[in-house]
Amino acid sequence: MFGYYLNLALRSLRRNRVLTALMVLALGLGIGACITTLTVLKLLSGDPIPQKSERLFHPEIDPLPAQGYVPGQSKPPWGGLMPYIDAMNLLHAGKAERQAVMALTQAKVEPQHLGQKPFFSDGVMTTAAFFQMFDVPFEYGSGWSERDGESRARVVVIADFLNDKLYAGRNSVGETIRINDHDYRIVGVLKPWSPQPRFYAVGLGGRSYGNGDAVYLPLQSARADAMDPQNVSCWEAADIKHLETSPCVFVYVWVELGSAADAAAYKTYLSNYVQQQIALGRFHRPEVALPDVMRFMRDMQVVPDDVRLQAGLAFGFLLICVVNTVGLLLAKCLRRSREIGVRRALGATRRTIFAQFMVESALIGLAGGVLGLIFAELGLWAIRQQPAQYAALARLDLAMFAFTFVVAVLASLLAGVLPAWRACMLVPAPQLKGN
Amino acid sequence: MSLHPVITALRRHKAGVALIVLQIALTLAIVCNAIFLIHQRIQRVNRPTGAIEEELVRISQTWFGAPTGDGAAAIEKLDAMQRTDLATLRALPDVQDVAASTSMPLQGMIYSGNLSLNPQQAGINVMAAYYYGGERLRPTLGVRLIAGRDFTADEILHHGISSDVASPVVIVSKPVADKLFPRGGALGKTIYQDGKPATIVGIIERLQTPTTQAWGSTWAYNSVLEPVRLDGASASYAVRARPGREQAVMREARKALLAVNPLRVMPESWGIQSLSQIRAKVYRADQAMALLMGTICVILLGVTAAGIVGLTSFWVGQRHKQIGVRRALGARKADIVRYFQVENLLVAGGGVVLGVALAALLNVWLMAHYAMPRLPPGYVVVGALALLVLGQLAVWVPARRASCVPPVVATRAA
Repeated sequence: MFGYYLNLALRSLRRNRVLTALMVLALGLGIGACITTLTVLKLLSGDPIPQKSERLFHPEIDPLPAQGYVPGQSKPPWGGLMPYIDAMNLLHAGKAERQAVMALTQAKVEPQHLGQKPFFSDGVMTTAAFFQMFDVPFEYGSGWSERDGESRARVVVIADFLNDKLYAGRNSVGETIRINDHDYRIVGVLKPWSPQPRFYAVGLGGRSYGNGDAVYLPLQSARADAMDPQNVSCWEAADIKHLETSPCVFVYVWVELGSAADAAAYKTYLSNYVQQQIALGRFHRPEVALPDVMRFMRDMQVVPDDVRLQAGLAFGFLLICVVNTVGLLLAKCLRRSREIGVRRALGATRRTIFAQFMVESALIGLAGGVLGLIFAELGLWAIRQQPAQYAALARLDLAMFAFTFVVAVLASLLAGVLPAWRACMLVPAPQLKGN
Repeated sequence: MSLHPVITALRRHKAGVALIVLQIALTLAIVCNAIFLIHQRIQRVNRPTGAIEEELVRISQTWFGAPTGDGAAAIEKLDAMQRTDLATLRALPDVQDVAASTSMPLQGMIYSGNLSLNPQQAGINVMAAYYYGGERLRPTLGVRLIAGRDFTADEILHHGISSDVASPVVIVSKPVADKLFPRGGALGKTIYQDGKPATIVGIIERLQTPTTQAWGSTWAYNSVLEPVRLDGASASYAVRARPGREQAVMREARKALLAVNPLRVMPESWGIQSLSQIRAKVYRADQAMALLMGTICVILLGVTAAGIVGLTSFWVGQRHKQIGVRRALGARKADIVRYFQVENLLVAGGGVVLGVALAALLNVWLMAHYAMPRLPPGYVVVGALALLVLGQLAVWVPARRASCVPPVVATRAA
């Protein structure tokens, strides 16, 4: 029976070539636009660290003075940065399974070989637990210990692409690298690692997408060598040579907590810490927050408004294309009322008529899906030509590929329900009466 | 001509009519808001910076091996290196003017602070961007001075970024002056920059801040010129080339600066760039967005027109006999065409009415979630008219075909 439906559907589509082409084109355009914008949206809002994102949390406090404070409404404008003293207090208190403090910096790297000029690269100043907390994979060596950090040892972990550039990819653990006019000893080389987006760099002044950071330095050593963090905000006149003791924020704290109960307990601890600081007169605002990775990215508005607007527009476009298809299918179906009347008179049930028209819609959906795929590839190619940070990553993966066809067939089936219903509801007798 | 037969005929095709009305309504809602968004973007991209853009070049370089520390000796050495660079650049044949300058409009690197009328920062507070530079900064950028004077050479201080010294004189932009002194007379008054006093000696007409991000949009033209040459391991310069010679200046400047002191880093991509290049980079995303929305609007209108053509052709085919009867009873071809056009006008009119409501709803939703301003009614009116005209054009061909039905069809059985 299915073969017969298919046969009838193909014949009917071939008979009204223009109409069919119009429907397939409109559907293809709508689907192409949707898949393109959805791919970009998925890329930007995807989970950067899926195996751990519900266990990583970002403590946030408000160190601003009492002036201008509105309870429940005031939020510091710098999205979760912390003063150094409080970050270190939280680090040393050790109330979470793991905790790390971090800031971004521009590291000036001077290769030891002659003939290679110095260059700037992205660097992270952080504490020892960073690597284990974020499951950072090592190719050679390992990170440093807490003791190395506290004693301001000059050690560094470098990324794979930096290792390739400076040491041709070999095991460079133990070599010395000159960063910001000081010699640092390499203790570890990473495997390729760059979570998209770099959630720990958002709001610290870093790019959100790219190949990742090049060097990872112990926070205390880097600050002792006068490396400046990329994002500093001071709420009062401050001495920026001594950021650690100034009324300024420039670091993030990230903690790893095993379960929701642990998160609640940590939040209580954080609240108590802030109350303690209020009693000491350092803080004036009791609000605390403890978002996990996904919530944090939402709060920081990692997905630009433009991308969401484009996705919304594409869906509106698809909706209009579906409405268009419904109208045209309706016109096509009712034009064949004579044929339907004959079939019904010959014994076809309502169900068979309905099924046959649905098969026709599904065929249009498949054709629209193929065309939509072509348009989506074109759209993503156009996006890759843009100079946006995430441009190079805009590609159609297998999941989106399959999703395209699912969306196309679903859309066309949806469009075909009304016309098929109207067709199968036709009473055969008037159709056969010569008119 | 009476509308009654038109409406009766339409009532027999309720589903088809509903579909066209829905399609026109959705198209109107989306196209109106999309075109408004495009207009907003184009306005944003075309904002003037207040500087002479075609002639400006920014040089951003870092010395390696520069003296470090904040001691007076280190600062003097760094300042001498900066002054040598400035002299070298000024000596180039294609250079009109040079100034030490930490920032440039649109470029992104912004120092900012709070201006108030008293040291406790109570009362009126104005956020502004600080442009630290030499006395030639204003003429180099080509910004218009509307009151007061430029800085004199001996008013220019030089120190490191962490210094506590505040400059006693400043030049502010007009929006800053108007905000702090709404009744005028800002010239000569004392204001407080982050609590430290300074006298306004000049007012410039317009200078955009270095940032184009959303958080700076409410104070995008609040700028203050500070007579300070900032000394540090990095130094940036603003260079004004002779008309049409920016490319030459960019090449010569790189060669000249490296000749004077080869121990410096000027990255290929952002070490030396013209303000036109910076502008293109900064606004490329907005332009791409505007282009995408424009394309989708055009395609959408095409799809709607095609849908109207398709459905109307179908209706014409269905009413073959009726048209024949009317022609046999004396209707002219023009009457038949007019019938279909009136019918289309009714349907499109219904769609437009629904579309206006949908456009308003969509705009309210966008205002709440994406901080879009209110849609001016002009857009909706123009959009509605455009769709009505589009509908009329779309129905013309099927209507012409309908009018060609001969009257003899009325006498035939089928």
